[in-house]
Amino acid sequence: MAQLAAVIGTGQTRYKTKRGDVSIAGLLREAAVNALEDAGLGFEDIDAVVIGKAPDMFEGVIMPECYLADALGANGKPMLRVHTAGSVGGSTALVAASHVQSGTFKRVLTVTYEKQSESNAMWALSTPQPFAVHLNAGAGGYFAPIIREYMRRSKAPYDVGIKVAVKDRLHGARNPLAHLQKPDITMAEVEESMMLWDPLRLLEACPSSDGACAMVIAAEDAVDSSAKPPAWIRGGAMRSEPTMYAGREEVNPRAGRDCAADVYAQAGIRDPRRELDVAEIYVPFSWYEPMWLENLGFAEEGQGWRLTMEGATSLDEQGDIPWNPSGGVLSSNPIGASGMIRFAEAARQVRGDAGDHQVAGAKLAMGHAYGGGAQFFSMWIVGADKP
Amino acid sequence: MSDAREPVTGIEAPVYLQYQFTAGRAPSRFLSALKQGRLTGQRCPGCSQVYIPPRGACPACGIATEEEVTLSNKATVQSFTIVYIPIPGNPIKPPYIVANLVPDGANISFIHLLSECVNEEVHIGQRVEAVWKPEAEWDYKMDNILYYKPLEEPDVPVEMIGKLGVDGLEGKQS
Repeated sequence: MAQLAAVIGTGQTRYKTKRGDVSIAGLLREAAVNALEDAGLGFEDIDAVVIGKAPDMFEGVIMPECYLADALGANGKPMLRVHTAGSVGGSTALVAASHVQSGTFKRVLTVTYEKQSESNAMWALSTPQPFAVHLNAGAGGYFAPIIREYMRRSKAPYDVGIKVAVKDRLHGARNPLAHLQKPDITMAEVEESMMLWDPLRLLEACPSSDGACAMVIAAEDAVDSSAKPPAWIRGGAMRSEPTMYAGREEVNPRAGRDCAADVYAQAGIRDPRRELDVAEIYVPFSWYEPMWLENLGFAEEGQGWRLTMEGATSLDEQGDIPWNPSGGVLSSNPIGASGMIRFAEAARQVRGDAGDHQVAGAKLAMGHAYGGGAQFFSMWIVGADKP
Repeated sequence: MSDAREPVTGIEAPVYLQYQFTAGRAPSRFLSALKQGRLTGQRCPGCSQVYIPPRGACPACGIATEEEVTLSNKATVQSFTIVYIPIPGNPIKPPYIVANLVPDGANISFIHLLSECVNEEVHIGQRVEAVWKPEAEWDYKMDNILYYKPLEEPDVPVEMIGKLGVDGLEGKQS
């Protein structure tokens, strides 16, 4: 039986297009110091550091964890780098949690980041290969045909994605850390924004952000340093599958369904829509909200878009299961950190620490991340109550 | 210098990478066939699915693929996107269509350009055909196919996409 573990501190930077005032190391340190402060701890209290980010080719700094050890107070301590593409923010948190749940460490600092302003993600994701044509048009170009297939199958109205884009930006306007601040955004504004990868418009896609997110995860007997209550980790799971195989279900990937089933079983959840109070789900392109509502069992297959259109996932419409009250990936996307922000925001919700985007009385929350060709998944459930 | 006191917040430091690609047995056969103007795949001995480009193993079954299959120049649109932004370093002018295409005889799609078409009329299940470069320009590259263009053939029902034999709708299911 694993030891209990809880999040006792979260720290984030403000997300923006370019943080010219700090280096990569400075960016991470800012998030780490914020998390330690939130936990009521100093670097000297930390037993191990777990760090994650998206591919090294983005910023062109290879094995950045080596040079970041100083900035994270990791000298003389165990340090580990995690890499699972876009889902890395989530899987890094899970690896940090397992360091504590194994009983090996008492307090672990975990940090993820991306400095997209120093990076060329499109180039880094588009290396030419002789056995394929070189037509990579970024992540949006990859996911747009999968979204088109979802639209065909579900017969969803054309403006479901537009609704998600508006909803998450209205949420983001409640979160002072969010990159995009668009309190007056309208359906018409999103619909009229430039088409990038039909059927995806500019405002239906995530921004490119600089930013970092950190957490302190502690063992059961070390949760009292923080002034705020702990967020108990009730379950954590990862799954992956190949990018390409004949007959692969790309709209509703099996790895996502299996990962959700695992994490729900650990947390004793049978009906996620009814039992969870809030979810922070990785939605970098608008239509992934209805697609993941189905993949994660919040709605029957083909019905996810109805929840979105009914306002079930909206704070502003008093929905019963708010998704991404922080504004989500659609409002801030420092790629390597984006998954951890979902996990940290879930923890903030059950600690009653989410400010203007707090879901009243939230006790049980889900954090989710995906990456690669929607093939890597990581998820956790955190709760206000000790399991 | 008057700007000497301006803080340096960033400098351009380009990274260039050049790799030697070792094709391995399966891609090597695939690329050699491409040089002769043929599209080929490999069939998995476990699930019978035909892969293009063949990478030497079936990702679903985890076993080696050996049997080589010659595929058709005809293909079906599994899905697509109309791209409105340029590809870095590529002269193609937006908007252009990047389609997920399944060639007849294969069970998996690859992406390629769709051209000589009205963008608004492209649809899932549409039949298309490869347009090859002149023979003199053929190399060990998928770029030997310039693009695909629409065919005057009935659409493939959605449930049949990815399941056609090398003779298309007329032939047997693969």
